[in-house]
Amino acid sequence: MTSTKKDPVIVVLQLTGGNDYFNTVIPYNESLYYDNRPALAIPQEEMLKIDSSLAFNPAMAPVKELYDAGKVAVLHGIGYPDSPRSHFRSMDIWHTCEPDKVGTEGWAGRVTRELDPNKENVLTAINFGHGLPRALAVPGVPVAAIADLGTYGLLTGISDNSQRAKALDIFSKMYSPTVGGSFVTDYLKNTGMDAMVGADIVKVAPEKYSSTVEYPNSSIAQHLRDIAQVYFADLGTRVFYTQHASFDTHAGQGPAHPQLWKDVSEGISAFFQDLEEHDAGDNVIMYLFSEFGRRVHDNGSGTDHGAAGVSFVIGNQVKGGMYGEYPSAKAEDLEQGDLVPNYDFRGAYSSIIEDWIGLDANPIVNGNFEKMSLFK
Amino acid sequence: MSNRDELALMAHLMRRAGFGATQEELEQRVAKGYEATVEELVSPGEDQPSGNMALLLRYHPGSLLPGGVPVMGQANWMYNMVTTERPLEEKMALFWHHVFATGNSKVDNCDQMLEQIDMFRQYGMGSYKDMLIEISRNPAMIFWLDNNENHRDAVNENWGRELLELFSMGVSNYTEVDVREASRAFTGWTLGNKVPRLPYGRFSWSFEYREEDHDNTDKTFLGYTGNFGGEDIIDIILKEPATSRFICRHLYNFFVADEPQVPAWTIEPARDEEALEAMIDVFEESNYNMQAVLRFVLNSDFFKNARFEKIKSPAEVVAGTLRMVGQFQFPEPGIKDIGNQPTYMGQALMDPPSVEGWHTGSEWINSGSLLARINFVADRVADTTLPGVKSIVDKMKGDGISSSEQLLDACLDNMGYLVLNDETRDHLSQHAALAGNVDWSDESTTSERIGEMLALISATTEYQFA
Repeated sequence: MTSTKKDPVIVVLQLTGGNDYFNTVIPYNESLYYDNRPALAIPQEEMLKIDSSLAFNPAMAPVKELYDAGKVAVLHGIGYPDSPRSHFRSMDIWHTCEPDKVGTEGWAGRVTRELDPNKENVLTAINFGHGLPRALAVPGVPVAAIADLGTYGLLTGISDNSQRAKALDIFSKMYSPTVGGSFVTDYLKNTGMDAMVGADIVKVAPEKYSSTVEYPNSSIAQHLRDIAQVYFADLGTRVFYTQHASFDTHAGQGPAHPQLWKDVSEGISAFFQDLEEHDAGDNVIMYLFSEFGRRVHDNGSGTDHGAAGVSFVIGNQVKGGMYGEYPSAKAEDLEQGDLVPNYDFRGAYSSIIEDWIGLDANPIVNGNFEKMSLFK
Repeated sequence: MSNRDELALMAHLMRRAGFGATQEELEQRVAKGYEATVEELVSPGEDQPSGNMALLLRYHPGSLLPGGVPVMGQANWMYNMVTTERPLEEKMALFWHHVFATGNSKVDNCDQMLEQIDMFRQYGMGSYKDMLIEISRNPAMIFWLDNNENHRDAVNENWGRELLELFSMGVSNYTEVDVREASRAFTGWTLGNKVPRLPYGRFSWSFEYREEDHDNTDKTFLGYTGNFGGEDIIDIILKEPATSRFICRHLYNFFVADEPQVPAWTIEPARDEEALEAMIDVFEESNYNMQAVLRFVLNSDFFKNARFEKIKSPAEVVAGTLRMVGQFQFPEPGIKDIGNQPTYMGQALMDPPSVEGWHTGSEWINSGSLLARINFVADRVADTTLPGVKSIVDKMKGDGISSSEQLLDACLDNMGYLVLNDETRDHLSQHAALAGNVDWSDESTTSERIGEMLALISATTEYQFA
């Protein structure tokens, strides 16, 4: 299959719960790493060394492979000033780009609105999973949420086709917009119409799909497989969103954190292999983020909420390598025991929004932030 | 009030303070009276059982001690919601689960999750102070928020922080230092018998206080200084006006009308400040008694007037539908599937997305969850072999429903005295008229016609509200 897709596509993979930066990209020459991680330091011989100072977590071999192929950009020290260290508030900030108030619009939802201002395609953005992350929530912007691509549809219990057609007809009448409805009712109607239309369109994706790539059984790999199917079906989807949880490793991090990264890395690897097999890798990038990094010093079995973290941008068109500086782990440079962010996440969003998607970032991320030159 | 108005009000009460009620039950309750029903809900008698666990065990052993099979634990809770005769007690268990959101994704021990839910049943309508102490000692919670890793010489702030941020006062009412100091006061509150679960199966966990691991020095918390333990911290929390406001706002959001999401509460004003203040007064005057504030709310005009002002949670959609159609009144086969259903709609019971719990109101709705809700309800109400649907049809026949408009009205009454907006009503009314008058000589066609109308009503926007 030759790709005819021209429009740039983004896949956002949210690492929910606060991924431990220190044990993801490890500054292995720093004695402070070993001093601060009496319970959790990874032995040097097990790390996947990238260069003379940094190594990946041992569970990230598939990511390392993509890195070695020059397809992975590592964005160091990412975050924002004065992290509240609350999952919810922090995730809200990453989702809405509003650190000082509760935002009502998600950045990926705003991107969707700019890409499809007239709402011509209800599948411009799709979340794969139950519910919708705030990043995709913008009033009036349709976003599909697909928990399982194989069973997606409306009133699927009516087996008689003509009867179902009649029911869907009444449904579309009942859900057509009216004047003077409440905000919530309007929202329900829009969502219902979008769901009906979207389900009708997206059902072709699994039928058209064929691939030799075998995805692992993890939930994240299955979501990435659903994303590949919809992308290959050429339905005009530009923003794909999914998440994996829970990186909230306060305790038992030793076994838990590598398992999380194993599932994520293997899923990513299968996804990019699938893109290659379909000659469709040149228009897709994947962006990985977490709401914060974790505390520098471990607590004996895990790590508590921290501040600065790490993001990744992956794809054929990405200029692979290290971006920015690893924040200092010296005691006098920490804030409340945490690495201090030295790169604003809204700059990473801006780089992607302007240099990859081709939109003006300022109104989406609420300001001007330093970009990185991430793409070929 | 006309009898129909009384039934509609009772349907509202039972939707909010329980999981809905059939026509027959509504009629019995109206005969008993509104205030008497509220009283029965807030103080159920010994003769009103919750779900019959012995019966459930006999047919589905795995749902009583589900161990590592979360969906069987979820089926257990759903069976309780569908069969309990103590509906407000069960609703309060759900309320506390929304507030003290604990997730099996980490706890990985459904038995302990069910034990926590049972604790919510036991303490849910009593004193909030007792509840805070119980939840601080609850093994699933201790493990969920790592208080078993909170040691005298290595403080883990997870429990201390969420106690303040999500379980009592709300963000911005304390400092980072208070978080630290509260955490120190809870050092030594841990689990006993946390035996690795393999190869012996899951051991039950228990609370254990370890004096030698408790930080026995002074702490300064919210301006008070002393050698505090966990109970002292709870006492200080209860003195803070932010606490009663936070819990009452949760109650308003859960029982009365949708509020903004919790993180916005420091910024967004309350939907009905006057009602909230009145609730706070009752709560504080009763020394933080949940029963008192529930009685006040359910009897209040602001509650009675808030019909269809809340989007149903997935648990309410599933349990309410099963109660209406009369499914799973007995632990019949297929019970595992009912444990899965709320998950498909975005509410995996005992496995919330995070300790913040679920975002409620319109955030329950997205295209995926709306499809799941509509499909679930429509499939069941259209099935005229189900006992609840059959009795709806029988009652319509007994009442001599004859015109298509009467059919539509009767269906709406059976769906909780649902009120439609004019456009929706016109579409359904036109559709009903196409098939003409109701023909009881062809009962099977008429049954199907009623089932189809119930299904179409379940697909309306209006039906998404409680």
